[in-house]
Amino acid sequence: MRNPAFVEEKISLAYGAGGGAMRALIEQVFAVGFGDVPGGVGLSAMDDGAAIPFGDGYLVFTTDSHVVQPIEFPGGDIGRLAVCGTVNDLAMMGATEPLGLSCAAILEAGFPRADLERIWASMRTACLEAGTTIVTGDTKVMRAGELDRIAITTTGIAFTKRLVRDSGLRPGDRIIVTGTVGDHGLAILATRKELALDGQLASDVAPVNTLIRRALAVAGDGIVAMKDPTRGGVASALHEMADKSGTCIVLDEGAVPIRDEVRAVGELLGIDPLIVANEGKAVIGVAPGVADAVLDALRSHPLGRAAAIVGTCTMERPRSVIVETGVGRRLLIEPDGELLPRIC
Amino acid sequence: MTPELRFRDPSRARALADTLAQHARALGRKEPVSVMHVCGSHEQAIAKFGLRASFPPELDVIMGPGCPVCVTDVPEVDEAVALATQGVRVATYGDMLRVPGSSMSLADAMARGAHVDVVYGVAQAAELARTTTEEIVFFASGFETTAVATAAVLLADPPPNLSILSAHKYIPPVMEIVAEMPGSKIEGFLAAGHAATITGWGVFEPFVARHGIPVVVAGFEPLDILGGLVRLVEMIGNREVRVENCFPRCVTRDGNRAAQEALWRVFEPSGGMWRGIAHVPNGNLRLRDEFSRWDARRRFTIDMSPLWDHAPAALVAQCQCGDIMAGIASPHDCSLFGDGCTPASPVGACMVSSEGTCRIWHQYGGHPDLRQIRRRA
Repeated sequence: MRNPAFVEEKISLAYGAGGGAMRALIEQVFAVGFGDVPGGVGLSAMDDGAAIPFGDGYLVFTTDSHVVQPIEFPGGDIGRLAVCGTVNDLAMMGATEPLGLSCAAILEAGFPRADLERIWASMRTACLEAGTTIVTGDTKVMRAGELDRIAITTTGIAFTKRLVRDSGLRPGDRIIVTGTVGDHGLAILATRKELALDGQLASDVAPVNTLIRRALAVAGDGIVAMKDPTRGGVASALHEMADKSGTCIVLDEGAVPIRDEVRAVGELLGIDPLIVANEGKAVIGVAPGVADAVLDALRSHPLGRAAAIVGTCTMERPRSVIVETGVGRRLLIEPDGELLPRIC
Repeated sequence: MTPELRFRDPSRARALADTLAQHARALGRKEPVSVMHVCGSHEQAIAKFGLRASFPPELDVIMGPGCPVCVTDVPEVDEAVALATQGVRVATYGDMLRVPGSSMSLADAMARGAHVDVVYGVAQAAELARTTTEEIVFFASGFETTAVATAAVLLADPPPNLSILSAHKYIPPVMEIVAEMPGSKIEGFLAAGHAATITGWGVFEPFVARHGIPVVVAGFEPLDILGGLVRLVEMIGNREVRVENCFPRCVTRDGNRAAQEALWRVFEPSGGMWRGIAHVPNGNLRLRDEFSRWDARRRFTIDMSPLWDHAPAALVAQCQCGDIMAGIASPHDCSLFGDGCTPASPVGACMVSSEGTCRIWHQYGGHPDLRQIRRRA
């Protein structure tokens, strides 16, 4: 599904799932005639955000819409998600100090004020954790039935002197994930499937910019690539990183941190935690010499306690991801997208 | 390590893979020795754990007709589609929805307004029937393991408005067909542990006696499969022609007698087509006469003729599902695999069902044997 030939006449849910179909839509419609940034990163690069040369560094700029359903879920809500989604996209470009966010809210008539206040309180908390604030916004209300309750779009801006791309892997580099994998996606799926799973699963939604700042501080140029494994999960992130750098990632499946309850629910539903969304994690490519130092730095942060080195970059089969299962090996397929719409 | 994970232990897996390689090499063949398993769950485990990369090059492990949804024949799907389009509520497994009939799948029928309910099993279909006065037809697919569940519901005072459209199949007879196929290279069978839990491993003894091919019953964890293959290849080398039970923690010689009794009280074997393979004598399970009032084929007049006016989709002619299910071809032999045929838009049943060879290969990377990757031109 790397390159679906054409975007069909009607846009189906697949185009919003973050996989190959979405990239085709961007290539064939959204990016046409836009997006080149001389000396920086534009839309056509399909990185986590744009980078515009500014002074002795870059202004990093990104935007993210949120339509998660249910709007409040174990571990978070649509407001926290909206702040973290944008803060994390900035951080993945190396910009860990967001200057400010905008927030546009579209509401369905009849939406309870109490729910709105709860969601905005949660956004304030997330902004505090990330060390940023919302500086501008927009409000629209649609007639009942024209929208399902609420949609939130945030945009963020930050300055960085050193840009980190998602394409910088080289053979020999190590791959680190900053914590347990699959928490957000399976927590949302569990609410949908009405499995009555005792509330064991909770989303990991959190701003990771302070965590990434710590890693960048110890590694400097040793951090060569970053990606936040949201839709399509770690599998999608690894595929994009391998694809854009022309390298092969060999993943040690046994080293990937996965919560027992996530593993159990995944086996129950037949869903690999590697292909479901995370909202408080990063996949980081690091030079071998600094891998242990980065790991120590990450583990010293509350959000990075479970960080682990999970793979190595090789040239065995460029643009592929190979999984070592412990009892064998296979290719990891790039997921076509999320299993269900409205995961974030 | 928790007890479940013992059967995924890497060091034991390596040791077994080494032993497997020694036995396979000791055969001293020029061509790889071919063994077949007949179970989607075996293929899922082999693909998920990347076991083919640990098999020696002297061994070919082939998936045979082990996907009950895939071998459900076109006329059987047509019967379900015809009932649904006639206005009868049809309940079935999610996997069955997109299996193509001669011109339509149940999913197509749904899109045209037919009432089709997706259920997890026959018990849920029975519950559904109890909540309504409408006729509910359960389109029942699955091998003998699943057929037992259908039988159990029919033996426990089923609701009068429930009926069964049986596409249940029985595995032992199709092993005979595959073994007798001209040019068959299969020298041993890995039998499915869960089915044998019901039937007992003794059910394979007549097959072994008739064909002189060893059968090993194996479970579904990586070490179960590797251990089963080690024994199977060893038996081929030693010309040990018998059934061996490598899943003794679940399977006995006699199996689950109560389940077998229920199965054969409700069903009787009859000959029938397996999609893409052959007419299999005694390969289908049909309801016995005394259960005819729950038999959808007797309760309804099923008119399938309107479905035959339409030509099948163009790609169907290229689909290799039949040969793949018979174990003659692999998904890589099909020009559609991964390009024209994907889980999002499947052409053949093998890409529809989660137990189909093509779907499993696709889900786990498309190239289960990393040693043999050839880039497509």
